Amino acid sequence: MNKKVEIKNLSVTYDGHTVLDNLTLDIYKNEILTIIGPANSGKSTLLKCMNRMIDFADDAKVKGQILVDGVNIYKHRDATMLRRKIGMVSPLPVGLPMSIRENVTYAPRMAGVRNKVELEEILEDCLRKAALWDEVKDRLDTLATKLSGGQQQRLTIARALSHKPEILCLDEFSIAIDPVTTMKIEQVLATLKKDLTIVLVTNVINQAKRLGDRTAMILNGVLLDLSENKKMFSNAPKDIRTQNYIEGLFG
Amino acid sequence: MFSASEHLIERQKKELRYKRLLGLISLPLFFPTILIMVWLWMKGSPALSWDFITMDPIHGMKAGGIFPAIFGTFCLVFLSILITCPLAVTAAIYLSEYAPHNIWTRIIRLAILNLAGVPSIVHALFGLGAFVLFFNMGTSILAASCTLAIMNLPVLITSTLESLKSVPQAYREASWNVGASRLQTIQHIVLPNSLSGILTGLIFSVARSAGETAAILFTGVAFYLPFLPKSVFDQCMSLSMHLFTISTQVVGVPEAYPYATALVLVGLILGVNFVAVGIRFYFRTRKKW
Repeated sequence: MNKKVEIKNLSVTYDGHTVLDNLTLDIYKNEILTIIGPANSGKSTLLKCMNRMIDFADDAKVKGQILVDGVNIYKHRDATMLRRKIGMVSPLPVGLPMSIRENVTYAPRMAGVRNKVELEEILEDCLRKAALWDEVKDRLDTLATKLSGGQQQRLTIARALSHKPEILCLDEFSIAIDPVTTMKIEQVLATLKKDLTIVLVTNVINQAKRLGDRTAMILNGVLLDLSENKKMFSNAPKDIRTQNYIEGLFG
Repeated sequence: MFSASEHLIERQKKELRYKRLLGLISLPLFFPTILIMVWLWMKGSPALSWDFITMDPIHGMKAGGIFPAIFGTFCLVFLSILITCPLAVTAAIYLSEYAPHNIWTRIIRLAILNLAGVPSIVHALFGLGAFVLFFNMGTSILAASCTLAIMNLPVLITSTLESLKSVPQAYREASWNVGASRLQTIQHIVLPNSLSGILTGLIFSVARSAGETAAILFTGVAFYLPFLPKSVFDQCMSLSMHLFTISTQVVGVPEAYPYATALVLVGLILGVNFVAVGIRFYFRTRKKW
């Protein structure tokens, strides 16, 4: 298997408090890796390390390495090109205070795309992938902040796809979305897998089971288990705590 | 079943008492403004006329109008804003968007706070030493405007910082997340959404400098100039200084003259403030979140 991301001995502390503890993990090309684990385990921090948004947290200290396509991402001073490779969907929807059209074309415009036709294509393509096109196609110029929570969440997904990332990270994307739409997006993710590598943090264990190729279990910043879904969700995984979490005995 | 209990009735009475008390205290705040305006109008309106606004003062300021003073105030305020605005906005953008939290930026913030607390007469002395003498500008519109600019700087930086801070951090993060640089984020997300606050702060500082007397006293304002300034290196008159002069320094000025001058000054400031209110209203109707 082709390694897209290699995380080596990653440790993160906030103000001396350890959030991720010596985490080593590979993410393969064109797979969906789901990450499960109870709240406050460091799942979101892991994603923040991957696109270096952690740089903006003044009190965070990062040790270890993350390699994307074999290149250490902490080697360059500027993280802009890295962030253009990674699409990030955060758990709380943030519609930028501009129109729907401007929201989705924001990233390509910032990357220097000026061609109107190209921008329109990106707009429709991304909104369709995020299962939002049919609801908003007649009002693309209304303010994104006027959309409902679930619609804004899907808009965030469309925006994360708009700069044609190679890696898509979703942090509990289905929090504000109804089950039917969630299923639609899950289907899209399953097809997107052909072109990208997807990392999905989720609190819904069934979602991990349905969608993932492999699943990682993180507890208190430590990687407890990482294995193929077939193995993970069948006969006893390696760690009893993972088994209990999956069966809903704790967490 | 849902009828009020003893305790609830007691609480509601207390609530009402406090509401009335607070209302009673805040009501009188309205009166000073009205009283000042009415008083000025009653005393000053007889002297107010088109000639008063457009004519030069004559007979040693005992007659004629106040046009050079209005013009001077306009020059001073305009030039000082031209100097302060770029400095203050860039400083605020740096402090809010770029500056790390370390000892140096804390010193800068502390310096701004302290500068805001310096009395205007001290600013005037500084302006005299620095601009008039050291930079050899002489007592001139330029020197006075620089002094006003320094005086307005901390106020404008603080108000700009506040409006930049009012843009939710989540917007910046969303923008960085898709690979926009800091500068692009400032240009496309932060500034468009804080513009109304920045403009409002700017206009209030216009109002403040229009009424300022002490800071321009030694740095560029003339007692009496029967002609308009030709360049920024000339002296000029100003409304606030003119008001001081004709109220206390010149004998035989008609009683209504100082009041009419004050009326013009307050009227101008109120007008400017209404523009600020208008701008805020305009932006609020277009508020995007």
